[in-house]
Amino acid sequence: MSTPTAISTQPPSRLAGMRGELSLVLTPLVLLIVFGLYWWWLGSQNLSGQAASALRTESLLLQTREQITITALSTIGVISIAIPLGIGLTRPAGKRFAGPMLAVASAGQAIPAYGLLVLALAILGGVFGRSNDNILQNTFGTWFGPGLTITVIALIIFAILPVLRNTMVGLTQVDTDIIEAGLGMGMTHRQVLRRIELPLAVPVMLAGIRTALVINVGMATLAFLIGGGGLGVAIRTGIQMSQNIVVLTGGVLTALLALSIDWIGAVIERVLRPKGI
Amino acid sequence: MSMSETPPPVHATSVGQSQDEPDVIIRLDAVEKRYNREEPPAVEQLTLDIHRGEILVLVGPSGCGKSTTLRLINRMIEPSSGRIIFDGDDVTDIDSTELRRRIGYVIQRVGLFPHHTIAQNIATVPRLLGWDQKQIKTRTDELLDMVGLEPKIYRNRYPKELSGGQAQRIGVARALAADPPVMLMDEPFGAVDPMTRDRLQNEFLRLQSEVGKTIVFVTHDIDEAIKMGDRIAILRDRSVIAQLDEPARILAYPVDEFVDDFIGSGSTLKGLHFERVRDLEVPEYPVVRLDTPRETAQQMLDESDARWLLLLDEADKPVRWLNDSHVNDTSRAFGQTGPVVQAVVERNATLHDALEAMITSSVAQSVIIDPQGRFLGVIQLDQLTEVIGRIRREAQEHYKQLVANRKAAK
Repeated sequence: MSTPTAISTQPPSRLAGMRGELSLVLTPLVLLIVFGLYWWWLGSQNLSGQAASALRTESLLLQTREQITITALSTIGVISIAIPLGIGLTRPAGKRFAGPMLAVASAGQAIPAYGLLVLALAILGGVFGRSNDNILQNTFGTWFGPGLTITVIALIIFAILPVLRNTMVGLTQVDTDIIEAGLGMGMTHRQVLRRIELPLAVPVMLAGIRTALVINVGMATLAFLIGGGGLGVAIRTGIQMSQNIVVLTGGVLTALLALSIDWIGAVIERVLRPKGI
Repeated sequence: MSMSETPPPVHATSVGQSQDEPDVIIRLDAVEKRYNREEPPAVEQLTLDIHRGEILVLVGPSGCGKSTTLRLINRMIEPSSGRIIFDGDDVTDIDSTELRRRIGYVIQRVGLFPHHTIAQNIATVPRLLGWDQKQIKTRTDELLDMVGLEPKIYRNRYPKELSGGQAQRIGVARALAADPPVMLMDEPFGAVDPMTRDRLQNEFLRLQSEVGKTIVFVTHDIDEAIKMGDRIAILRDRSVIAQLDEPARILAYPVDEFVDDFIGSGSTLKGLHFERVRDLEVPEYPVVRLDTPRETAQQMLDESDARWLLLLDEADKPVRWLNDSHVNDTSRAFGQTGPVVQAVVERNATLHDALEAMITSSVAQSVIIDPQGRFLGVIQLDQLTEVIGRIRREAQEHYKQLVANRKAAK
């Protein structure tokens, strides 16, 4: 526990780098083509009334938007908690809390997602149940229901580990000679953190964030369980109505969305990786 | 060697130099570092003056606390007790980051920032000090030139594109960036191959002769210490100074067994590096010219202790060695007989060079020449032996004097 390992951060070799670049360009094209083909195929199907109403563009758009909102908010939540926490736990004063903190974060991921959602509903339902107390709902409008708020909180707990762990690994793996040189030239600890440690930890941290993104976009599909919306709604409706085409559409959209978000994560990783490392 | 037998540290320059008081830029006054109350200190009551413009080498076996001592000076390690005086000011309690910006710092593994370009790396301290962009750019290019890396080519490169030797040059340039009066160097050339190290050492000495910084240099390599140091402090455990003096005098007179062991064998030979041919008084040597009559030559040989006559040409350049048989060989002119003179040294050469020339010469002596190649004198082994004896006597005398002065002062 004291030496956590990072999640896939190997800098790509030259060949792998070129392949990586190629896939960065090709992925969105492939996703668009698949989406276009599916949409064209769906349009050509003779849909029953039930299916047609479940697959109305407006409701699919709404569910996709909810899915994205859940993913974005929970990831932002994860980042804004895990990164400061990771920094704190790698400072001399915070080091001794690193082990226990990682244990807690691991527990968050160990609980099955369904269980975590229900648990969050049971504990937080009372708090966010009444809409006039819901800050998010008051800020973002009525579609931001209590279910969504609770889902976001549950997902933050669920996805915090990779970002926390990678932040810590990223910071502790910075060569001590580099830090020594920085301090020896008269940088303050804060300057060393901002100008040296954090930039050098960025690739590892981004790998963690990308993992959290992927976890969140997948888990957002379960938000419907506690009334949080998202593309899970279409899947459930399809199952209830025994309309396979609705289930299939929900599944395809979920997959395409997850792959798109992963692609965005890859682009961000690429752009923010400091030159020279 | 037990504690009670350890002689008190001898500070060559702390006593007996009242007329020629050195300009002290850093004074460590009874500085001590203790990590743990129970254990002996890492650095024990160290008092040390560092003179302006000198290269002071701290050398000692692994674990003697030399690196710790270096890091106490810029307070990378905070002393447990004692004072650090920098340029007359007590800096023991001032903001350590402010202190470090006034002291250049070079470490063995360089520690260049991999995500910064070479220019950005060099500009680290100027940026911290808030110089303007134009000033930083000028200074960066100037430093790149100084360490022999073409600014146009290297300015925008990243550290991973440099060789070990180049990286170390940038490390030195970075430490020099804000023109600090003092530089601390912790085994700066320890991580490069021997050939590169030798080149970096020479380059650094050349650079130092231009910039004239005060340098505290840590190494475990006595040969590097002898080469780089104006003065050497040989440290034993807990950073206790065993001997502090100029390299030549340490080589000539190691104060105790510890120092003697540490400088190792061959110290006499190493000592010859510090003596110059020009300081030698060589006795007159019998020379002949192409037109000297054979009888005169024979007479010179008979009257002199020398076994060989030196033959000079019209331009006073040494040509051949002639002995009895050559002089009497009437079948050949002087210019066509006898061993050709090969071992020549200039006046500025060291006695080490002279000795090397001598042992490769077939007549076991070398000829001193001026820059135009003209004859000045001949060095023989006797003279080297004499010099070695004199250096030893002088060093011994020096230390006797020190002890006497110290007693008198008490």
